[in-house]
Amino acid sequence: MNIGDNFPAKLPEGPIANKWTSYKDHINLVNPANKRLIDVIVVGTGLAGGSAAATLAELGYNVKAFCFQDSPRRAHSIAAQGGINAAKNYQGDGDSVYRLFYDTVKGGDYRSREENVYRLAEVSANIIDQCVAQGVPFAREYGGLLDNRSFGGVLVSRTFYAKGQTGQQLLLGAYSAMNRQISRGKIKMYNRHEMVELVMVDGKARGIIARDLVTGELERHSAHAVVIASGGYGNVFFLSTNAMGSNVSATWKIHKKGAWFANPCYTQIHPTCIPVSGDHQSKLTLMSESLRNDGRIWVPKKKEDVEAIRAGKLKPTQIAEEDRDYYLERRYPAFGNLVPRDVASRAAKERCDAGFGVNATGEAVYLDFAAAIERYGKEQAHIKGMDENDMDLVRSLGKEVIKTKYGNLFQMYEKIVDDNPYETPMMIYPAVHYTMGGTWVDYNLMSTIPGCFVIGEANFSDHGANRLGASALMQGLADGYFVLPYTIGDYLASDIRTGKIPTDSKEFDEAEKSVRDQLEKLINNKGTKSVDYFHKKLGKVMWDKVGMARNAKGLKEAIDEIKAIREEFYKDVKIPGSINEYNEELAKAGRVADFLELGELFAKDALHREESCGGHFREEFQTPEGEAKRDPKFQYVAAWEYKGEPSKAVLHKEELKYENIEVKERSYK
Amino acid sequence: MSWFSRTFSSSVGRKFAMALSALFLIIFLLQHATINFLSVISADAFNEASHFMGTNPLVQFLMQPILIFAVVFHFIMGFVLEAKNRASRPIKYFKKDTGNATWVSQNMIYSGLVILAFLALHFIDFWIPEMDYKYVQQLPEDPDRYYEELVHKFQSPLRTGVYVISFVLLGLHLWHGFQSSIQSVGINNRFTPGFKKVTEAFAVVIPFVFILIAVFHFFNH
Amino acid sequence: MDLKLKIWRQKNASDKGKMVNYDMKNVSPDMSFLEMLDVLNNELIEKGEEPVAFDHDCREGICGMCSLQINGRPHGPDTAITTCQLHMRKFKDGDTIYIEPFRSKAFPVIKDLIVDRSSFDRIQHAGGYISVNTSGNTQDANAIPVNKDDADKAFDAATCIGCGACVAACKNSSAMLFVSAKVSQFALLPQGQIERKTRAENMVAQMDAEGFGACTNTGACAAECPKEISLTNIARLNREFLKSKFG
Repeated sequence: MNIGDNFPAKLPEGPIANKWTSYKDHINLVNPANKRLIDVIVVGTGLAGGSAAATLAELGYNVKAFCFQDSPRRAHSIAAQGGINAAKNYQGDGDSVYRLFYDTVKGGDYRSREENVYRLAEVSANIIDQCVAQGVPFAREYGGLLDNRSFGGVLVSRTFYAKGQTGQQLLLGAYSAMNRQISRGKIKMYNRHEMVELVMVDGKARGIIARDLVTGELERHSAHAVVIASGGYGNVFFLSTNAMGSNVSATWKIHKKGAWFANPCYTQIHPTCIPVSGDHQSKLTLMSESLRNDGRIWVPKKKEDVEAIRAGKLKPTQIAEEDRDYYLERRYPAFGNLVPRDVASRAAKERCDAGFGVNATGEAVYLDFAAAIERYGKEQAHIKGMDENDMDLVRSLGKEVIKTKYGNLFQMYEKIVDDNPYETPMMIYPAVHYTMGGTWVDYNLMSTIPGCFVIGEANFSDHGANRLGASALMQGLADGYFVLPYTIGDYLASDIRTGKIPTDSKEFDEAEKSVRDQLEKLINNKGTKSVDYFHKKLGKVMWDKVGMARNAKGLKEAIDEIKAIREEFYKDVKIPGSINEYNEELAKAGRVADFLELGELFAKDALHREESCGGHFREEFQTPEGEAKRDPKFQYVAAWEYKGEPSKAVLHKEELKYENIEVKERSYK
Repeated sequence: MSWFSRTFSSSVGRKFAMALSALFLIIFLLQHATINFLSVISADAFNEASHFMGTNPLVQFLMQPILIFAVVFHFIMGFVLEAKNRASRPIKYFKKDTGNATWVSQNMIYSGLVILAFLALHFIDFWIPEMDYKYVQQLPEDPDRYYEELVHKFQSPLRTGVYVISFVLLGLHLWHGFQSSIQSVGINNRFTPGFKKVTEAFAVVIPFVFILIAVFHFFNH
Repeated sequence: MDLKLKIWRQKNASDKGKMVNYDMKNVSPDMSFLEMLDVLNNELIEKGEEPVAFDHDCREGICGMCSLQINGRPHGPDTAITTCQLHMRKFKDGDTIYIEPFRSKAFPVIKDLIVDRSSFDRIQHAGGYISVNTSGNTQDANAIPVNKDDADKAFDAATCIGCGACVAACKNSSAMLFVSAKVSQFALLPQGQIERKTRAENMVAQMDAEGFGACTNTGACAAECPKEISLTNIARLNREFLKSKFG
C-alpha cells in the first residue's frame, strides 16, 4: 500500500528549488492575537525541542516544555563534537544548496525524501546566521570571519564548529533563546518531568500525562498540539554513545496510539569508540572520526599473537610489520582507513568475529599512530635541518605534531583507558551512535496522529539509511527554528476557536489510569532482578543479532528472544521504593519496557528489508566482495502501524521518488 | 530600591566597597610603616613627622575620620559578608579538601579577628592616650614627646610579642587581601601575575618593617 | 580492590540525612566512578535495599548532570574532569571514600546525592541570552567580523557545563564563576553589547537572591572547574557589574 493513499505526505508540487518557498506561501497561518489562545506542548529540549519551544513562544503560542533532565541545557545534543553543516559557501569552494542536498541524499544511500532533504539544505544557511546572532562562539579565522572544516564523504568545507563541542554551544544557544521566553512567561518549563502517555481527544493529540520525577506524581497537561523532540533510540542496544537517560518512550507511546514508526532498523554505528572494558560498562565514548586521517587500523595476522596480547605477554608494538593485518587498506586500497562509517564498522566486526580482536573481550582493533608520528617527525626534521635518521628525535618531533592535531582526544583516551596513545596504539571498536529511523512524519513534520508533530532525531525524515557527519545538528535546528514553526500553523489554524482543552475529560482519566496501572504493576512485581539486568540482556541480543551485520536466521532468533526477555521482565523485574517519590529504577523500568517492544519491531523491520543499504547490512545481500547490495524493490520508507503488539505491526510503504538525483551505486575500492 | 542600596546590597557591590576600603587601608599602612621606620633611623625625624601628622588639621580632621570610617567599615562589612557566606552552606561537608585554594584565602576572617584584637590593644596603647593628651586634658604640644612614647611601649616583652604575632597575621591577611581587592575592583589582565608578586612582596615587607621597629626598640631601650 | 564508602543518604528534601557506610569488594580499576556506584546499586537492589540516587546522564563529561563531592572535592581527586570521567584507578585498595552531594543553600538536596540546581537556570532566565527572534532574516553570520582573540575567549567562557562544581568547591558557595562565564561570553561578542549592562545587573541580582555567597577570590572554583574556566572571568563580571552601576 502506498502511504499516500490514507496519510498524504503533503509533498509540494513544482520544481524542487521552489517547493518550500511556494509551500510556505500557501499554507494556513494563525494570526498573532489567536496564537495567544493556543497551547503547544514540546517534549524534549535538545536542539530540535529547544529551538522549537523558543521559536513557537516568540511567535506567541503558549508553550509548555518538558525534559527529564534537571535542566533543558543537559539534553544529549550537547555531546555532539564535530560541527554543523551549512551551505554558506564562505570558502568559495563551489558549495551550494543543491550540493548539500545531493551529498545528504547520496550519503543516506538513496533512502530519504528529496523534498525534505532539499528543504533542510535550503534553511541550513539561516541556522548559522541565527546562531551567531544568539552569541554562539563559533571558531573564527584571524580575519574575524567564520572558520570551516571538512567532513567525511563530501568535497567541500561546509562544517561550522566550536572546537570539539559544537553540540554544547548550539544547545546553549537554543537554551538561551528558551530562557528569554521563560522569563517572559511564554514558556512554562517542566524540568525532571517525563512524558508517560499521549492523550488523544476525538482522534487528535490533545495533551500528555507527565510524571514528575521528583515527587513521582502524575500530571495532566493539555494543548492544541504536541511536539515530540525526544531524540533517538540507540539505547535499545544498552551500550551506545547515547546518554544514560536517552530513551524511546515518547515516540513509542505515540506509536502505540497510532503514529507510524518508520525504518526502525536504520542505525548508525560509529567505528571509532573506546571499547568495552568489562561487564560493568555503562556507556561508550566516541573518539572523533578525524583520528582516521592519521591513524592506521590493524589487527595481528596470527592467532597466536592475538592470544599472547590478550594474555598480556606481548605488546602491540612488539608485533612485526609483516605480522600485522591492515585490513581496511587491504580491502579498500582506494579509500583505505578513510572509508565511510558503516564500512569501517563492519570490517572491524568481521575481523573480531574471526577471532582477531585484541582486548580481553575480543572486541577491539588497533588504531595506530606510529606511522604518522614517524612521517610527521621526518618532515619536521627535514624542515628544521635536523638528523632524519635519529629515530628518537624524529619520534619526539612527530609526537608534537600529533599533539597539536589531536591532543585533547589523546588526553581523553588516556584518562579513560590509562594507556598512552603516543606510545602504544589506541584500541577502538564500533558503537551505536545515532538512529536514522523514527516516527514517520509528513512534509509538515506531523505524524499520522493529527496534532502530534515529531522533530529532530525522533523522526525519520532526512537522513535515509545513513547520516553524514555534522548533519544531525543541522537537522535538529532546521526542524525547530525554521520548519515546524511554519508548518504547525497549517494545522493550528483550524484550532483558533477550540478554546482551552479541559483536563478533566474521560480521555485524560483513561490515559492517567493506564499509566498508573502500569506503574503499579511494575512496582508491585516481586521479582528478583534489577532493570539493568534485562536492559543488558536485550542489548546483547540486539548487538549480536540486530547489530552491524544481520541475517534472517539471527533476526528471527532475536525476535523470539526479545519476546522472551520481555515476558521474563514482567515476571521477574524488581523495583525498590515506591511510586510517589524520586525513583530512578521505576523511571528506568518504564523506558526499558518500551525498548523491549521497540527491539522486536526493530528486528522485524530488519528482517523484512531484504537488501543492504547504509547502516542496514544483511549478510545475505552483499556483493561477492562483501559490500552492501541495495535492491530497487526496497526503495521505500517502511512505516509500521501498531496493532496490539510489535509482531502484529502492519507495514505501510511510502515509495521514494528521485527526480533531481540519479540513483547510483557506492563503491570504495 | 534606590540606586545606592541596589548597588551596595549586591554581593559584587559589597565586595567592591570592601576592596576600596582595603586599598585605602593598604595605603595607610604604607604611610604608617614609613613614618614609624623613621624611629629606627632618627628620633628627630620621627618626632618631626609625627608632630606634623598629629597637628596638621587636614590629617586630624579629614584623613583621620576617613581612616576610622574605613577601618570600621572594613570590619563590619567583613562580618556581614562572612555571615552571609556561612549561611549559604547550612550543612557542612563531612570531609573537606581545600584543593588549590590557600589556607590564608579561606581564613581571612580569623586573621581579620586577630587584627581587630590587636587594634583594640593598639588604640589603648597609642590612640586613646593621644586623644586624651590633645583633646581631653588639652596639654601643651610638645614636638619631641613622640619618640619617647613609642620607645616606652616596647619595653614590655609581652606587648612586643603580641605585636610581633599580630603583624605576622597582618602579613597573612595582606597576602591574600591585597591581590583579592584588585580582582574585586575588576582588574585581571596580563599584568596581573606580575602585580600579584608585588602584592605578595608588600604583604611580607610591611609587616616585617613593623616587626623590625618593635624588636629594635625592645632591644634598644 | 576493596573500598569503604561513606555515602550521604537522605530520603527526600525534608529528611535530615546521614552518612552511611558501605563495603565494596572487587572493584575493577577500569571502572568509572559512576559504574562503581552502578554496581553498588545493583547489589543493593538485589538485597532489597534502596539504591543510592545520584545525577548522571551523558557520562562523557559534557552534559554537566553528574556532581558528587568525593573526598571533599567536587568531581573527585583528578583535575579537569567530571565525576563520570573519573576512574577507580585513581584510588587504592583499602581506601575510604566520602561521597557527599554538592552542598549549598541554593542547591537543596532532592534525594541522597541529587541536588536541585534550578537556581542556575533562574540566573540564566534573568539575562543569559541575547534578545533576537528567529526569523530567517537575521543578518549574515559574517556581516560582523569578530576579533579571533575575543572569539576564543568567549568560547573558553562558554565551555561552562553548569555542573555547579564551582559552588561546591567554594567555601562561600559562591556562583560567581558560573555567572561570570555567561556574562563574559556575551560581553566579549559584538552581538552581546546591547544588553550588556542589564545582563550583568540582573544576573548578579538573581544570583544573590538565590542565596549563593559572595566571592572572596580564593580561587577554589577555578581549580576544581572541569572545564577550567578562568578567574579572569570573575574580574570581568565585577567590571561589568560596576560599569552597569557607575558607567
